[in-house]
Amino acid sequence: MLSDALLKVSGMNVSVEDKQILHDIDLTIQPGETHVLMGPNGAGKSTLGYALMGSPRYKVTGSLLLKGEEIVSLPADQRAKKGMFLSFQEPLEVPGLSLESFLRSAVSERTGVKVRPWEFRKQMKKVMDLLEISPEKAERGLNVGFSGGEKKKAEILQMLLFRPDIAILDETDSGLDVDAVHLVAEGIRTYQQEAGGALLIITHSTRILEPLRIDRTHIMVDGTLVREGDASLVARVNESGYDQFIPTKEA
Amino acid sequence: MKEKTQVESIDRSIYDIRDRETGSWKVDAGLTEDIINQIADEKNDPDWMRAFRLECLKVYHSLRVPDWGPSIEGLDMDHIVTYVRRGKRMSSTWEEVPEDIKETFERLGIPQAERQSLAGVGAQYDSELVYHNVREEVAAQGVVYTDLESAMRGPYADMIRTHFMKLVPPTDHKFAALHGAVWSGGSFVYVPKGVEVSIPLQSYFRLNAKGAGQFEHTLIIVDEGASLHFIEGCSAPKYNVANLHAGCVELFVGKNAKLRYSTIENWSKNMYNLNTKRAVVEEGARMEWVSGSFGSHVSYLYPMTILKGDRSQMEFTGITFAGAGQNLDTGAKVVHLGSDTSSYVNTKSISKSGGISTFRSAVTVRETARRARSAVSCESLMLDDQSRSDTIPAMDIRAGDADIGHEAQIGRISDEAVFYLMSRGISEEDARAMIVSGFADNVSKELPLEYAVEMNNLIRLEMKGSIG
Repeated sequence: MLSDALLKVSGMNVSVEDKQILHDIDLTIQPGETHVLMGPNGAGKSTLGYALMGSPRYKVTGSLLLKGEEIVSLPADQRAKKGMFLSFQEPLEVPGLSLESFLRSAVSERTGVKVRPWEFRKQMKKVMDLLEISPEKAERGLNVGFSGGEKKKAEILQMLLFRPDIAILDETDSGLDVDAVHLVAEGIRTYQQEAGGALLIITHSTRILEPLRIDRTHIMVDGTLVREGDASLVARVNESGYDQFIPTKEA
Repeated sequence: MKEKTQVESIDRSIYDIRDRETGSWKVDAGLTEDIINQIADEKNDPDWMRAFRLECLKVYHSLRVPDWGPSIEGLDMDHIVTYVRRGKRMSSTWEEVPEDIKETFERLGIPQAERQSLAGVGAQYDSELVYHNVREEVAAQGVVYTDLESAMRGPYADMIRTHFMKLVPPTDHKFAALHGAVWSGGSFVYVPKGVEVSIPLQSYFRLNAKGAGQFEHTLIIVDEGASLHFIEGCSAPKYNVANLHAGCVELFVGKNAKLRYSTIENWSKNMYNLNTKRAVVEEGARMEWVSGSFGSHVSYLYPMTILKGDRSQMEFTGITFAGAGQNLDTGAKVVHLGSDTSSYVNTKSISKSGGISTFRSAVTVRETARRARSAVSCESLMLDDQSRSDTIPAMDIRAGDADIGHEAQIGRISDEAVFYLMSRGISEEDARAMIVSGFADNVSKELPLEYAVEMNNLIRLEMKGSIG
């Protein structure tokens, strides 16, 4: 039923400095569903992730319903509190703000309850172990001196601690070695299964998708969603690329 | 682990509460021989001190106001009251301190901090110390921590006379001369040979009287092989006329001794803070400065370290936060005289809402200093387009084998980083405060815990309403 949709995007246009990037986006994600968004470089996939999260860089028109509530004009922090999460393609570094104290304040902020430091530490350690993030990273500045892979793992760590209703993962697999891909995929699977969270996975490779259950697949080309299908669409992209989805020009 | 502290939340109003000035005795505003004589009478100065004060007044009149820094035109010396004392003399129990003054220090958390984490406390209110006490076990080690006035008449009289304003002579600059003429209050600390004071001593300076000046003198002598951590805190309520702080700090660090001097300054924003601090460091000794400057309308503050002995060291860690209407000119100076000496200066400055922060460093390496090493690093963060941040380094290197480094960086808060934190559920205001606190983190780490918390709260307070 439509009214049950976790996220319902309709007629969304996104522009930056008068240049329109996304055109008339319609997208519906039900609770617990995993959607994949694929498309060639520069298609606008990341822009969609940023715009959904509420980046002030973009001008957005149209409707954005989260659990039935219009959020298109809300700032990012309120969208986050209502259950949205974005894993950044290039997570930002914040020197002097330790990963642990950042995570703890964010969890407190989201739940409105002050978490006891030692309880929180236990919880955090468990997830760090799962993702094989070395314990001393907790004391380091947020993402400061983290390798590319460590940054991505730290994003998944945040997702698992915050337990959003929907997580948008922007190229979370890019720049990861084989072991890290495996760990990150394992983390995503944990979120999918244990937290029952919905996902919008933005990717142009498929390595990370292998162990995951996929419900829907979307193809974006030139700022437009050109095709929607089930998991088999991923295999079609793998075999023959994106050309098949580019609308043919009138002869 | 920044949870447990005696300063849990700071409200600017704590600093802003003005006490009534009833029952105060003060000299007339301005600077004349008469006024200096009145102060000398009031303080029952020994003859040499009275003569010294009068000499300083002459020097004061002969020197010009500095013209190379922020404007101090708003400071009219004919209207500054140089000496204000509340009825009673100094006490060594809080019970004897007048009720309203005691309340002020209670609000600032001083007596509580003393019970929990300090070896001794001095509290100055306007021109005089109202309270001074040192733990028995520390006193039993021979550590002296008292007000300068009584030290001048006690067994350490000669030591005071041979050290007082020898490191910072009155001819140094106009406000050093002024200080020499009208100084009052402050502390004298002597740590005997080999004594390590394991918990800090602290002085707190509070200026309550409107249109007045505070001119406390801090003289610390750490003898051979001894060690000490001394903390000073300062605050004042805000008035719409200028107040002046022209204190002087002289630090003597003996052979193989160690001194750490921490300051968190939060004067009100009508204060002219023209303070002079200097340390001389003997062979194998180490001087550490930790300095947080948040308050005042105009500051001139450049603690100087003279690395006199071979293998002596200094480390300076500082942060300056200049908000609306503030022009804070701060920095550090070091002179390398001894061989194999090293200095490390690491500062951060933040400017916001039109605040100006200027960092000046001066590194001098004399011919006598072989293999001297010096590194200066200054990072600035500007929070908006109205604010200003400057770095002015000076170097005078007279030795060929010195190893000198300098780096400066000026940056802004990245919008992307703010969005990143917001996407985690943190409000824009908190996100900015977190980034700024993070920027200041390596300084707050150096501060004693309750000061680190106070500093973070001050940053948070300064960041409030910064989004518009």
